[in-house]
Amino acid sequence: MIRAIGPRLRGLLLPLLALAAAEAAMRASGAQSDAFARPTEILRAMWTAAQDGSLAAASAQTLGNALLGLAAGGGIGLVLGLWFGASSRAGRWSALTVNLLRPLPSVALVPIAMLAFGFGYRMESAVVAFTCVWPMLMFAQDGVARVEPRLVEVARVLGLGGIRRAWKIVLPAALPRIFVGLRLSLGIALTIAVTTEIIANPMGLGYGLAMAQQSLNPALMLALVIWIGVLGWAANAGLLWLQARLFARRGVRA
Amino acid sequence: MNTPLPVSLLSARRLGDAAGGLLVLLVIVGAWAWATAAGWVSPIFLPSPGATWDALLQGLAEGELASASLATVERMLYGWLLASALGLVLGTLIGVSPALRAWTQPTLEFVRPLPASAVMPVAIALLGLSPGMVLAVIAFGAIWPVLLSTVHGFASVDPRLHEVARVLGLSRSAFIAKIALPHTLPDVLTGMRLSLTISLVLAIVGEMLASQTGLGSAILMAARSFRAPELYAGVVLLGAIGLLSNSLLALAERLARTHH
Repeated sequence: MIRAIGPRLRGLLLPLLALAAAEAAMRASGAQSDAFARPTEILRAMWTAAQDGSLAAASAQTLGNALLGLAAGGGIGLVLGLWFGASSRAGRWSALTVNLLRPLPSVALVPIAMLAFGFGYRMESAVVAFTCVWPMLMFAQDGVARVEPRLVEVARVLGLGGIRRAWKIVLPAALPRIFVGLRLSLGIALTIAVTTEIIANPMGLGYGLAMAQQSLNPALMLALVIWIGVLGWAANAGLLWLQARLFARRGVRA
Repeated sequence: MNTPLPVSLLSARRLGDAAGGLLVLLVIVGAWAWATAAGWVSPIFLPSPGATWDALLQGLAEGELASASLATVERMLYGWLLASALGLVLGTLIGVSPALRAWTQPTLEFVRPLPASAVMPVAIALLGLSPGMVLAVIAFGAIWPVLLSTVHGFASVDPRLHEVARVLGLSRSAFIAKIALPHTLPDVLTGMRLSLTISLVLAIVGEMLASQTGLGSAILMAARSFRAPELYAGVVLLGAIGLLSNSLLALAERLARTHH
């Protein structure tokens, strides 16, 4: 009978069974905990937060900060990456500095951003921006460096100038790699935004999560953890879908 | 570009690149020094490179920064080893069985991108503000790259190798130990390198949230009391830890790949 279930459903069965088991066990034992809540209680907490608008407001703050940071840091990374990819000397000369800065854990910048900006959207998006520079830089540089040299040669023979060559030939050819960088950066941006909120910044989903824990509200806390997971998953799935539609014919893989 | 250069020219170019790289770095540090000296940015949040260097040396000499670094490195390594061991074992279990893979894949795919720091409040509710809590979160957050690359490594074993094993009459455990694991090793090392990066980040977050000894809490305290040079010294040390651990594992990875 289990064989008859499709592979997709089979994968869903495991979490559903686990949730049902948790529900049954917690109802039977009647245990109260600061860390766990019955799945139905979590659902109710999520529903309440969705109804009173607090979930939407916190999500908007977190997403806004993540996107602002992604735009700033990703933009810087993109420009630098295109430059380093196009000019091999710029790429080689910058490598030392990039390699020294890139492994710096971005959460270490939270205290610096706190000193520079206080609390609020600026300090959070600054930390996100620093984090997003690197993946965009690496993928843009790699994308440009991988452009078929003969393609550039042809453009030169056709008499295309430097700027038109970059716009018409190099950028479109590098775009699939850049898009992969963008997709990865979005996931990183969300993670760092939530992390910054949990550590220090009093706004958004991460702060709501920390507050739910401190006020001993496990149902809301777990609802927010699940919601953060859903948001991250949906953002990635959306961009994957877009990537498949935009670059289907080029046969790109992440 | 594609014509082979004479060796002397090639090494001359490499030397030039090294000099150029140093030049770029010096220009950036110089700009930092200049900006602080000219008073363009407040020393409250950007101390001069000299003040940072002094704070670094003093902190290391007095032992405060040294012991904090040691605590952070220790936390990172323990969490990473825990995550790697668990990831390798679970990944092997899931990887060798296509049925188990089908059952667990969607759950893994959903849990993997969940920010591990979002799990930290749950862990605090469960385990309190303890070193064990931080270790548990590091293990949870850092397990995914190892686990998934192990699963992937096992899934990508050439089907012909399965046949060879069958013909040779290898038992399942012998197949895993002699064929599948060596085949998977380079993938696992790549996963472990990612895991180490995550471990460092989560060690810092855990120290900040749970006020455990380490560089994470040290830099947060320095920021709260507006001691910018100490803050930057701590950040420099964290960067050095990240750089060093990443380079060491990259080296291990390269060695493993050349041996295959």
